[in-house]
Order: sequence, then structure tokens, then C-alpha cells
Amino acid sequence: MLTPDEIREIEAAIHSYEHRAAGCLEALKIAQAHRRWVSDETVRDVAALLGMGPAEVESVATFYSLIFRQPVGRHVILVCDSVSCWLLGYERLFAHLDRRLGLKPGQTTADGEFTLLPTACLGACDRAPALMIDDELYGNLDEAKLDALLDACRQKDRA
Amino acid sequence: MSERPLTENLKADGSPLSFAEYEAAGGYEAAAKALASLTPDEALKTVQDSGLRGRGGAGFPTGAKWSLAPRGERAVKPTYLVANADEMEPGTFKDRLLLEGNPHQIIEGMLLAGYAIGATAAYIFLRVEYTRAAARVRQALAEAYARGWLGANIRGSGYSLDIHLHTSAGRYMCGEETGLINSLQGRRATPRAKPPFPVVSGLFGKPTVVQNAETLANLPPILRRGADWYKSLSSSADAGTKIYGVSGRVKKPGLWELPMGATIREILEDRAGGMQDGRKLRGLLPGGASTDFLTPEHLDTPMDFNSIQRAGSRLGTGTMIVLDDGACPVGMVLNLTRFFARESCGWCTPCREGLPYLAQILQAIESGAGEPDDLAVLEEHTRLLGPGMTFCALAPGAVEPLQSALKYFREDFERHINEKRCPWSNG
Repeated sequence: MLTPDEIREIEAAIHSYEHRAAGCLEALKIAQAHRRWVSDETVRDVAALLGMGPAEVESVATFYSLIFRQPVGRHVILVCDSVSCWLLGYERLFAHLDRRLGLKPGQTTADGEFTLLPTACLGACDRAPALMIDDELYGNLDEAKLDALLDACRQKDRA
Repeated sequence: MSERPLTENLKADGSPLSFAEYEAAGGYEAAAKALASLTPDEALKTVQDSGLRGRGGAGFPTGAKWSLAPRGERAVKPTYLVANADEMEPGTFKDRLLLEGNPHQIIEGMLLAGYAIGATAAYIFLRVEYTRAAARVRQALAEAYARGWLGANIRGSGYSLDIHLHTSAGRYMCGEETGLINSLQGRRATPRAKPPFPVVSGLFGKPTVVQNAETLANLPPILRRGADWYKSLSSSADAGTKIYGVSGRVKKPGLWELPMGATIREILEDRAGGMQDGRKLRGLLPGGASTDFLTPEHLDTPMDFNSIQRAGSRLGTGTMIVLDDGACPVGMVLNLTRFFARESCGWCTPCREGLPYLAQILQAIESGAGEPDDLAVLEEHTRLLGPGMTFCALAPGAVEPLQSALKYFREDFERHINEKRCPWSNG
């Protein structure tokens, strides 16, 4: 079931479009913001709210990289694996995450803290290698800076 | 120092111009002038005369695109305007600078474009990862509404325009004009058949003009200072200035606004400081991931649409990606091809099947398992996935770096196959 808050936010967002189905992606993003991921039930609920078929909503939900159809950790790490970051050695970042957290692309840590996903160019090519953690962008990274970011996430969760 | 109408007002600390700061720098003067003293046709003519070409990659003349929008009483309404701020071309980070640094200039540009084409509703299609830009655009939109520059009957002119901020959910295909329109309608970002072109039947089946964010930022200076002034900014066939960028192993990667037609050498050596110590230039993609390699022999080529095309590539987004001698050309092309294979929307078969196949062959070559025949297979596929063979421009763009790498770095491919290893790997 979508919560009253979610429904209110979705109804407000879809006013910007000519018909309700056009707000499908907005609705999925709003539900995901509340639940961290989009379950089968959420797909059906969004479909019912917007007057769409579940398969129609599913086709959209599975197309976009940042709609999560599986549970993700409390923090999602998006490491850019496009060309400028490749030239500046993004592989060091993946290797370090594997070493420190045992985390490979597509995986979530056993404690549910971090999910690691490779991502298309983040438009931070002058600060390569770059990554995002949740909604924040970080550039010019090396192992030490990445460690500091991971520690900050852990501290925030403990607080 | 030459004039820099897109970036001269940007603040050194990277914070955005407030409404008051933008207004003090001459902001919204062009909008005031257009609404008070120009008809939409006159505004359109100024943009046509300026010679402005789209800054998103394809370089289509902006005024010519607008002139195709239906006009008059019998035209289908509303006409939509969309700012394409889904900057996802690898190696490209120019629109971020404008969106984060001066969102009001893009909003004023949208107001001017909207007025010229008769649009009453507009969207800013922003990639969702640009969270800082989203907050700043949202703030700027609120300021523009509060000051009466957006909404109904703008400043008593009788012209009305609403702009909505739409954030995407991550997919390269959204940068393709018709894919973007499908995405705005809440669908998968697959491309649409053309014709009809979006300017006739686009968003929700209505006339729709899609312009790149940098293109829109050019409009306030053009309408304020005129077409002749704009043309005088450049010494090349293409008018105005361009935001050029450099990434890769150079001393100072970054962005610079320069007269259209600055040479590759000026951008790479004078602005980006040349290669990092100990690294030599081997090649560069002049305008993002989907452009052909150029080499050191092209350093004195002006970065304008025609000159780069004559050199065998495309200006694209004008943000170059530099290959140094410490990086493997096959590895770079493999990275690029994997990106395009992953981002292919799957709508048409050659792209959906062909790009993963190319990535597989390149992976084999890179890991030392390449066969002598592989190069011919790769070459054949650059034609099979080329212009006219696929539904949209994704695959033809994807094979541009590959086809030129096979020409310029052929020896490197052959060494991988003959030595059965990557010469750059330590293993």
C-alpha cells in the first residue's frame, strides 16, 4: 500500500504533465525515496493509482538505471566507470571497495550498509575519478579519500 | 581577453548567481526588450541571423529548427519547449557549469525561445545525478515566478509560460531528442520514428522544440546585443563562443569559454596546460565519447563544426577526452563500447545485438585472446552499425571511436593479437 504521504506527493508531482500515466517515473521515484527500492507490490500500487497496467509500469521501472527493483543498502555508492574516469584509474576505487568491504559491483554488504553500482559518466570528468554516495558527488578520489567517505557514512548511521 | 557571454558572470566560488545578481549583470534585459518591442517573428529572425547552432552535439541551426514550429490560429496547441539538461555523454560536463553557476541565464533563454515559438509550457529535463543543479534550478525558478518572469501574462505582455523541472532516473538514451520525449511522457526512453519530427508532433503529440542547455544560455546575450555582435565573437564560420572542456591526463582538466573555432592546441596546451609530466598525447575524442579520434597531427584544427568534420570527426559537445601514451587504446575503446552496449535501449536489433558483440571481441583482444580475423570483423561492424542502419544515432556514434581507432592505432590492436596480451598490462 502506498502511504497517504506518498500519494499526496505523487498527486502533486503529476500535475505538471498532460496525463496521469506521464507521471509514472515521478511516482516510482517518490515511492523509492520513501522505501529505498521498488517492490512488486509498489509497481502494482503505482499502476493502480495512475490508471496503468502493472506490466506497463514494470517496463518503465526496469528501464531506468536508478529505479531499484531489488533492495539496496542504506547508502548507494555509484562509481563512474565511463571513459575519463577509466583514464584516471577508476579500477583502483572498485579494487579498494572489494578489499575493504568485500563489495563487488551489483552487491550489497551483509550488514545492509552499502550497495555498489557502476554508473555512466557523472559529468565530473575534470575531477576524475569520481563517484556519488547517495545524493552527493565526490571527485579527485584516491583510496584514502574513499575511506574517509565510508567512515563518514558509518558514523552518520551510528549517530 | 575576449568576451565570454556564457560564463563572464559566473562567481569564482562556484555559488549560483541570485536573481538580484543576475539582474545587476544585465539579466532579463533581453526578455524585457523582446516582450516589449519584438514580435515573436522578430525574435526568431534575430536568432536565425545570429547563426547560432545547437550545442548538444548535432549542431542543427537553432533558428531554422524554430521556424518549423506551427504558427497561427489553426496550429495544434500547446507548443512545448524542452531544455535538454540530461548531460550524459561521457567526457561531457559543460552544462553542469551553467546549470549550477547561472540557472537564471538558462531560464531567461527558455523564456526567449518560448516567446519566439509560442510555447506556453516548458520542461527542464535534468539528469537526476545533478542534485546540486536541481536545487539551484528549483530556487531560480521560484525567484523567476516571484518576480513575474514566469507564469501568466508575464510583465503585462500577454505572453504566458510555465517551466517545470523534471529530473530523470538515469539512462543515456534520454539525451536523444525523441527518447527524451518518451521519457517525459513516463515511458521507456526508446526513440521514435522521424518524421514526424518533434517540432511538428512531439511531447503528447504536440509541437515540441528541444534545445540543449548551453544553446539556451546563448539566447539572452544574442537578443540583448544583436546578431552582428554575436557573429563578431568568433573568427570561424560558426558564430559565438563555445564552452570547451578537456579531461584525461592533462595538467589542468577543466572548462573554458572561448571564441568558436579556437584550435585544439590552444585548448589543450594553453588552457589545459598540456599533458601531465611523463605522458605524451596519442589521440583525443574532440567532443565526447561518440566522436572519432583525432591525433597530434590535428592539433591546429579549429574546434568548429566544419573544421572538425573535415578532419574526420565531429565537434559533438566540444569537451575533449585525451588519450595519453600510458593508456591502452584498445582498453579505451573497450570501455567506450561497453558503455554504449549497456546504454543501448534495445529497440532495434543491430544496436542491441551488435554493440555487445563488439564489446565481446574487444574484450577478447584486450585480454590476449584475439584472433587475426577480429579486426576485419570489427571493421565490418562499424559499417553495419553506421548511419542509416539503426533506428537512432546511438550505434553510429558508438562506432565512431572504434572505426578511427582501427585507423590510427592499428598497430596497437595487432600487437595485442600477436603478443597475446595487452602491452600495457603488468601481468
